Amino acid sequence: MSNIKILVNGIIKENPVFVLLLGMCPTLGTTSSAINGMGMGLATAFVLICSNMAISSIKSLIPDQVRIPAYIVVIATFVTVVQMCMEAFIPSLYASLGLFIPLIVVNCIVLGRAEAFAAKNKIFPSAADGLGIGLGFTLALTLLGAARELFGTGKLFGLTLFPEEFGSLIFVLAPGAFIALGYLIAIVDKLRKA
Amino acid sequence: MEYILIFIAAVFVNNIVLAQFLGICPFLGVSKKVDTALGMSAAVTFVLTIATIVTFLIQKYILDSFGLGFMQTISFILVIAALVQMVEIVLKKVSPSLYQALGVFLPLITTNCCILGVAILVIQKEYNLLETIVYSVSTAIGFALALIIFAGIREQLSMTKVPESMKGTPIALITAGLLAMAFMGFSGIV
Amino acid sequence: MAKLKSTLPNMLLSLTVICISAGAILSGVSMYTSGPIAAAKAATLQRAISQVTPEFDNNPTAEAYKSVTSDGDSLLIYPAKKGDETVGVAVESNTKNGFSGEIKIIVGFAPDGTLINYSVLEHAETPGLGSKMEEWFRTEKNRQNVIGRSLADGNLSVSKDGGDVDAITASTITSRAFLDAVNRAYSAYKGTDAHTGATGSY
Repeated sequence: MSNIKILVNGIIKENPVFVLLLGMCPTLGTTSSAINGMGMGLATAFVLICSNMAISSIKSLIPDQVRIPAYIVVIATFVTVVQMCMEAFIPSLYASLGLFIPLIVVNCIVLGRAEAFAAKNKIFPSAADGLGIGLGFTLALTLLGAARELFGTGKLFGLTLFPEEFGSLIFVLAPGAFIALGYLIAIVDKLRKA
Repeated sequence: MEYILIFIAAVFVNNIVLAQFLGICPFLGVSKKVDTALGMSAAVTFVLTIATIVTFLIQKYILDSFGLGFMQTISFILVIAALVQMVEIVLKKVSPSLYQALGVFLPLITTNCCILGVAILVIQKEYNLLETIVYSVSTAIGFALALIIFAGIREQLSMTKVPESMKGTPIALITAGLLAMAFMGFSGIV
Repeated sequence: MAKLKSTLPNMLLSLTVICISAGAILSGVSMYTSGPIAAAKAATLQRAISQVTPEFDNNPTAEAYKSVTSDGDSLLIYPAKKGDETVGVAVESNTKNGFSGEIKIIVGFAPDGTLINYSVLEHAETPGLGSKMEEWFRTEKNRQNVIGRSLADGNLSVSKDGGDVDAITASTITSRAFLDAVNRAYSAYKGTDAHTGATGSY
């Protein structure tokens, strides 16, 4: 499989959110606006690429029985790097994503890709896989964030499209996250089968 | 009084699943039957309480005193993973019947983000040890409450007719949304 | 390269090496970012202070002091000085009376107790309703505006409680909490008992 194919595979055919239904917590928790969703997606993508590359390059040095703790340490390292860099250079995004940044560690997608892909493949395909899955995740989060922001406040990426009074506040609140994601998955499912 | 407030806030107002979006994976994954939901809730309550106390002590006596704040995420997740393993081994030896009931859920708990989430939250909220214990127990009860109610609804849902594309996860998510809306009624009471 | 066998020394060695390198990487990144993190925090605070006080030429964060409110809590006060004269203060205040969770604000007072400006630092109120407080209390409409009012004449309270400030539509609790935070800020600034019964009586 070529690297391009691996990349596209992650974005569309194995989209982590819409198809594999993984990583639901950050998907619901950080998508109150399009920009927050995108920030979270990109942070996760960065961790995915780095951890995939690191794990694939040191995989022969890790004995099988301790591979899971070893992977977790590698992932947690990159997560902490992202956390500190974000706090230093984009503090406003860090403030709105808050707790969900350290929680990238327990995002099933990251550990799942390490185990399923990076542990068996070379560095470059692993990087491509991380990039693809990461972009797929970003795409899903941005889409959900955009839908919630638009229906909730009438804005898109902070630009007002229609007056706030016509928006339905519930989309920005917790219940709206569940409902919007439910419909989005149903729509994607319908499109995939069509 | 303060502890009652923490309890009500954690169970109803800021319910860990429905308001804070932590622990969604088991919430969607093991909520098809009430029995499994009960097992999962018991396992989470057990691990969550122990893990939060241990990580709290680690933060206070090791990380803070040596200025190793940046190792928080790594050490917490490792402690949780090790703890889950240990609970599994101890349970197998001490109470095989309990192990039979909870065993299958234990390995899933390491990647349940509500454990790590709560461990980090109590540090951020600057709780003391007693508040930490109350908070973690109440959060676990809140998780159990949401999971069991949801499983009850899903058992009924499996008998209803749902449009083809909405079957499975989409309708479950929308149900969860309605449940979250019901829980929003509690906001403002604390 | 052949895969390492799962023997005890191998496992210990490999985990130890990974943990040590993780620690080394993180302490490096932490050293590199601790400066910018502190700077970003200081810049946010500095911006908030200069937003709520008249022009100053000292360093308010360096001269900050703690002062006790009438209900026994203590708040941070940042004095803004021009030359030797105090032109105003910024008070970092909070309240737990919000609709959900704590509300943190920063309020600026002139020496005579006039409210110069405010800024909401942190809150968990309902988006779209309670979160209107950043705009509402500075809008010149009916009796909404609190800027320019003097707290030397007494505490602010919403019209429902017999005061003369209009509460945010459908968010009385948030409005009460906001004014409570303002009153607490003033009481800390004055260090007197100007703040009476604000936590229990309504």
